[in-house]
Amino acid sequence: MFEYAMRKIVNAIPILIGVSILVFLLVHLTPGDPARILAGPEAYEEDIAAIRERLGLNDPIHVQYWRFISSAVRLDFGRSFRTQRPVTQDILMRFPNTLQLAMVAITWSVIFGVGIGVYAGVRPNSIGDSLSMGAALVGVSAPSFWKGLLLMLIFAYLLGWLPASGMGESFFSADGLKRMIMPAITLGTGTAAVMARMTRSSMLEVLNQDYIRTARSKGLSERNVVYRHALRNALIPVVTLIGLQLGVLMGGAVITEQVFAWPGVGTLVINGINARDYPMVQACILLIATIFVVVNLLVDLTYSLIDPRIRYN
Amino acid sequence: MNVLIRLTRHRSARVGLVCLALIFGMAAFAPWLAPEGYDDQDLMIRLQPPSSEHPLGTDQLGRQLTSRIIWGARISLQIAFLATGIGLVIGSALGLTAGFYGGKLDRFIMGLMDVLLAFPGILLALAVVAVLGPGLYNVMIAVGISGIPRFARLVRGSTLSVREKEYIEAQHALGARDLGILIKHILPNIIGPIIVLATLRVGTSIMQAAGVSFLGLGAQPPLPDWGGMVSQGRHLLRSEWWVGIFPGVAILICVFGFNLLGDGVRDALDPRVRIAKKGQGPKEEAATPS
Repeated sequence: MFEYAMRKIVNAIPILIGVSILVFLLVHLTPGDPARILAGPEAYEEDIAAIRERLGLNDPIHVQYWRFISSAVRLDFGRSFRTQRPVTQDILMRFPNTLQLAMVAITWSVIFGVGIGVYAGVRPNSIGDSLSMGAALVGVSAPSFWKGLLLMLIFAYLLGWLPASGMGESFFSADGLKRMIMPAITLGTGTAAVMARMTRSSMLEVLNQDYIRTARSKGLSERNVVYRHALRNALIPVVTLIGLQLGVLMGGAVITEQVFAWPGVGTLVINGINARDYPMVQACILLIATIFVVVNLLVDLTYSLIDPRIRYN
Repeated sequence: MNVLIRLTRHRSARVGLVCLALIFGMAAFAPWLAPEGYDDQDLMIRLQPPSSEHPLGTDQLGRQLTSRIIWGARISLQIAFLATGIGLVIGSALGLTAGFYGGKLDRFIMGLMDVLLAFPGILLALAVVAVLGPGLYNVMIAVGISGIPRFARLVRGSTLSVREKEYIEAQHALGARDLGILIKHILPNIIGPIIVLATLRVGTSIMQAAGVSFLGLGAQPPLPDWGGMVSQGRHLLRSEWWVGIFPGVAILICVFGFNLLGDGVRDALDPRVRIAKKGQGPKEEAATPS
């Protein structure tokens, strides 16, 4: 297991380096001079030249990359072009909000998605199966921003049950919980739908295995067969999906946060792109991509613990 | 031909085809179906609710939403097919090369693909738009690039399984050129899964492009891009809900249609599904990662 884990970790390093190179190149591939953007439209050429020098933009590109990556590992991404505050400070303030939203979304979507998938998987081709899988496909096909607006229209404006947008003072207050409901549902619906489809298909496959027939022939109750024997094996591929979906949710949060004015990293990315605030965009994208890689690594390791055959492949 | 027959007999594929016929019909016959041009303004009828006179209502500039949604089908399909095409062509070429030649080239290409896969789809598209700037064609390129690694991975895997077959060895022995073997012998044998992924990717591309447009970085007004239209309607949601909700329904129908068709194509092309017993469904895959 140790050897397998080390191999996986070593494999992730070049990917992270590649990600950092791409994120670094973001500024250099963009038309226009970052120094000119930072200086503003009415700046003198001397001021622009001074900013170029200060940012080290006159250095060779590999020197600039080295400076970028060595600062990045110390969590120093420079100052935001827009707010002039250290980028890390803004991100550290906002990141817990995004993480909180993503965790709540993944939790409910796993519980709900797996539940629906098991329900559909044990009664294939029934009306319940068709209805739940149809609903799952609609859930996958509807754009998240539209789902968010629909929820907002119904639950905030028509029924008045939930606040339309913003984040409460604390997640653990009644107001905080109320404000979390719609963004978490919006963000997690697609994931729940994918989970439901995957669990159903996995259940169908497992329920057809010989050991399930053996369990039934031993006289075990159907409940025992489904939950103790089938579900535990059917959930193995679902575990991989949870990790992948967590990354997808971190990306998807960019849109959900915009819909509900949720003060997270996604809002920083969009504001950063609109204002051409490159240090902010670079830091946010690097952060989300790194989390994605690390989560995938953890999923691989968890997967090999659950199913030891993986380690020998 | 058998595949087409199986596809038309597939229940969900039929529903998908009906949805897509509606969308393609709107795109093809927009000049005849749409009551007005997509930017015909009449400030006297601003923000009218849906009625017999204005079937889907009007927006803040007095434009008919019915007309804008019908014209918008052209833009969405254009984005979807071009973006998917970019991913399909470049990704397949890279996957074929990596799988066929193997070795260092394979490791380099797939390493690059792994790096691209480390970005959640919408984030990669946003990063590309951040470089290229907002706009219709830039969104197509951005969404297309985010599709490249998915095609490359699939095609490489399929190529690896085919390249060791005897008929490929025979071509080598006959002195056939690599490019000829790749195009004439490998590609036709791995085309099935590529078609399935392409069909499912069309839906994903529409969704991603709509997301980028919703964030204000896609097709710019007055173009009737569905994602952009939802974005324009979001601030009017409390009182004039139709402005933001109806364009979203159009996106839903379109993506739903492509997802159902994708499921159908996969089942029609998969021989295991044909022999599978009733009740033992085919392997489900995520049709559209959000």
